[in-house]
Amino acid sequence: MVTLDVNGKKHAVDVSPDTPLLYVLRNDLGLNGPKFGCGLGQCGTCTVLMDGRAVLSCMMTAAAVVGRKIVTLEGLGSLEKPHPLQQAFIAEQAAQCGYCANGMIMKSKELLDRTPDPSEVQIRSALAAHLCRCGTHNNIIRAVQQAAREMKS
Amino acid sequence: MTAPLLTRRQFGKSMVGIVVAFTFAPALTWSAEAELPGDLGVAPRLEAWLAIAPDGTVTIFTGKVEIGQGVLTALAQIAAEELDVALPAIRMISGQTGLTPNEGFTSGSQSMEKGGAALRFACAEARHILLDQAATRLAVPVTTLKAADGVVTAADGRQLSYGELASSGLFHRDATAKVAPKPPAEYKIVGTSVPRRDIPAKVTGGASYVQDLRLPGMVFGRIVRPPGPGAVLTTVDMEAARRLPGILAVVRDGSFLGVVALREEQAIRGREALLRSAKWRETTTLPDEGRIHAWLQAQPDEVAMVSEKRSATAPVVRRLTATFTKRYTAHASLAPSCAVAEMSEGKLRVWSHTQGVYPLRASLATVLKLDPEDIVVAHVEGSGCYGHNGADDAALDAALLARAVPGRPVKLQWMRDDEAAWEPFGSAMVMQLSADLSADNGIVDWQHELWSNIHSSRPGRVGGVNLLAAEHLAVPFAAAQGQSGGEDRNAVPLYDFPNQKIIRHLIRKMPLRTSALRTLGAYGNVFALESFLDEVAEAAGVDPVAYRLRYLSDPRARAVIELAAGKANWRPGVKSDGVRGRGFGFAMYKNLACYVACVADVSVNRQSGQVSVTRVVAAADAGQIINPQGLEMQIEGGVIQSTSWTLLEAVRFDRARVTSRDWESYPILHFPAVPKVEVHLIDRPDEPSLGGGEASTGPAAAAIANAVSHALGRRVRHLPLDPGWIKGAVL
Repeated sequence: MVTLDVNGKKHAVDVSPDTPLLYVLRNDLGLNGPKFGCGLGQCGTCTVLMDGRAVLSCMMTAAAVVGRKIVTLEGLGSLEKPHPLQQAFIAEQAAQCGYCANGMIMKSKELLDRTPDPSEVQIRSALAAHLCRCGTHNNIIRAVQQAAREMKS
Repeated sequence: MTAPLLTRRQFGKSMVGIVVAFTFAPALTWSAEAELPGDLGVAPRLEAWLAIAPDGTVTIFTGKVEIGQGVLTALAQIAAEELDVALPAIRMISGQTGLTPNEGFTSGSQSMEKGGAALRFACAEARHILLDQAATRLAVPVTTLKAADGVVTAADGRQLSYGELASSGLFHRDATAKVAPKPPAEYKIVGTSVPRRDIPAKVTGGASYVQDLRLPGMVFGRIVRPPGPGAVLTTVDMEAARRLPGILAVVRDGSFLGVVALREEQAIRGREALLRSAKWRETTTLPDEGRIHAWLQAQPDEVAMVSEKRSATAPVVRRLTATFTKRYTAHASLAPSCAVAEMSEGKLRVWSHTQGVYPLRASLATVLKLDPEDIVVAHVEGSGCYGHNGADDAALDAALLARAVPGRPVKLQWMRDDEAAWEPFGSAMVMQLSADLSADNGIVDWQHELWSNIHSSRPGRVGGVNLLAAEHLAVPFAAAQGQSGGEDRNAVPLYDFPNQKIIRHLIRKMPLRTSALRTLGAYGNVFALESFLDEVAEAAGVDPVAYRLRYLSDPRARAVIELAAGKANWRPGVKSDGVRGRGFGFAMYKNLACYVACVADVSVNRQSGQVSVTRVVAAADAGQIINPQGLEMQIEGGVIQSTSWTLLEAVRFDRARVTSRDWESYPILHFPAVPKVEVHLIDRPDEPSLGGGEASTGPAAAAIANAVSHALGRRVRHLPLDPGWIKGAVL
């Protein structure tokens, strides 16, 4: 049994401690935000926040995050009350297939928390390890810029 | 997410008051001579395309599916427009056998042209029927009625909603396509940038993908593929895998090997155990990767003259020739393929991100020896789909595993290396071009000869199965012969040359399995054609844009070229500083669809040989635009994907195995290297809508290659660009 703090709630889950966090989030907690893309830490789709830091949930075990605060895409906001980043991704239509959106948003959340007014180069470099195959990058940059403006005001 | 599968009968029951006794049988009154528009003929009954519930909700049934291109939003716009209902009242049901029309595959950029046209006529006719119904009920002439927002209003103010009017069986009739759709001038919804319907859920953690499907009692599957094509499983310790925690089944059938477990990570550990103990007899029959193009040209081939044109011309004073190549390339979708399958009492249900639920069902039926009627295949989105990827193969894998645990849904997820090594690839190609010039530097003869593997080997074809696992079974199913035609896509120039000869060599022998990848052969052919045309223009001492216009009579082609050149501020005769370069590329996709012209700006790092594409300006004409923002994203996405293919991508292999098995060995364009893209659209409201999904990849590649050639002062002829070669070129 492992107890995890996810999106502000404690969850006791009956899993082997070496289970990758990604599968606990998806299969035990029923969350859709973090995605399986490679399981190798190379694509960024599984990104979650751990104590405010963007981490790859496919590369972390459940045991390694005990006592840490995990936030997933669902923890940022909802359909009814989207986070400014989620709102900006909708407004800028920053998704084609949308599979990369989770990682892009979670990594951008970390960026904006540390750098509230990032330049385009800073956004590109923050997202450098996050792959998008559909070619939505420029919409994503605009969405992050819009969210930055929104979060400042 | 539409997880529980509805039958058409259940659907009818859910639509209170409307019993849909539905049949896909051909219409009785339809005459073969008169062709119904678009895909309407594949299901020539109105009820096949739409239903209206008493609360006014309109359900649209489409065989076209969402693959990341925003098609369901665009189709909903068409339906709402023709019916005069508000967009939120439209509910889309797409891609499910027995429930939606069989529109084949969602491919070839044809969803607007075929699926959109069908809906336009079906909905225009449905609106007409509703108005007729209202006229009868209100006892007024139909011409005095107005419809808006799903409500019919009479001159005296009396109103009837569509929900009230849509009685049982109202659309239970043949489509005639005799009701003219709205003239574009009256459009309120079509032609506007309606936001995509699917994005809010996708950015807030809603269930959007087949990976997000969770069914009661669902368990998890993984497969173990052979190490390379031709490898045969000799022994494996299945017992050791079975002893691991949570393992429910280990399945072996010939060289097909898989595992089912209660939990996902347990299935992964089962897979790892099987991988460790499996012994394979490998063959080293793959060609030398470094000599793949010579290999292609040396194979037995099927030769065809694709186009030949002969006329008297001025004498030839010189001949230019050049050879261009591209390597095997991958879809490299962000998510590895996934499917959910459940076998229960002889009936199979499959959820898949396939591009064609009906063709997949037919192939599954063959392999599993089931009646197609006992199989339901429902489309659920996967990650971005750019052609025939692993989706269908994963569906068969899931079904084979589901047979081992009857009554339990199995979610089968490919690992990254399953996808990277086993998805069908875009073929390597060789393009040899030559041009004969007259004394006035005009092109009097153009020749384009190409060598390629097949570009379409989708499931559902006659004479075989074309699902990967079927070839690995103890009693294997032969693959059906692929469909020829994609190899020479866009090899025939749109330019008016007095003489031309286009020859295609199809090499059936595939060292690596190849099939449809965004644009098929057009990417390679447009790269070669448009690069060579630049080369000829340079030799002729003519500006490449002017040279293109000299040979183009089609006004729409000329318009996109002029628009792109104008927006990019193209200036003839600009010399490169040896670092920065600018290039042009143009194509009309398939020579009958969307026109795109691109101007690319690049800079070359002379020390590393790395090329950076800094900006691409694209102009596109896709006929009538349904959703400008959606089209723009398709064009821009194509430009960026093509930048990645052109700069970076090649499937790697040794004599036995594919060796590019992850994102490090098959890198794609990273964020910092993505060009800024400007897209300019020409709307042609009175022209048919043309798909834009594939239109920009060829022109973008050519523009980039021409820009690099411009920067270097030496022609680039091989893709992907090789930094080593570029470094040599600048010395």
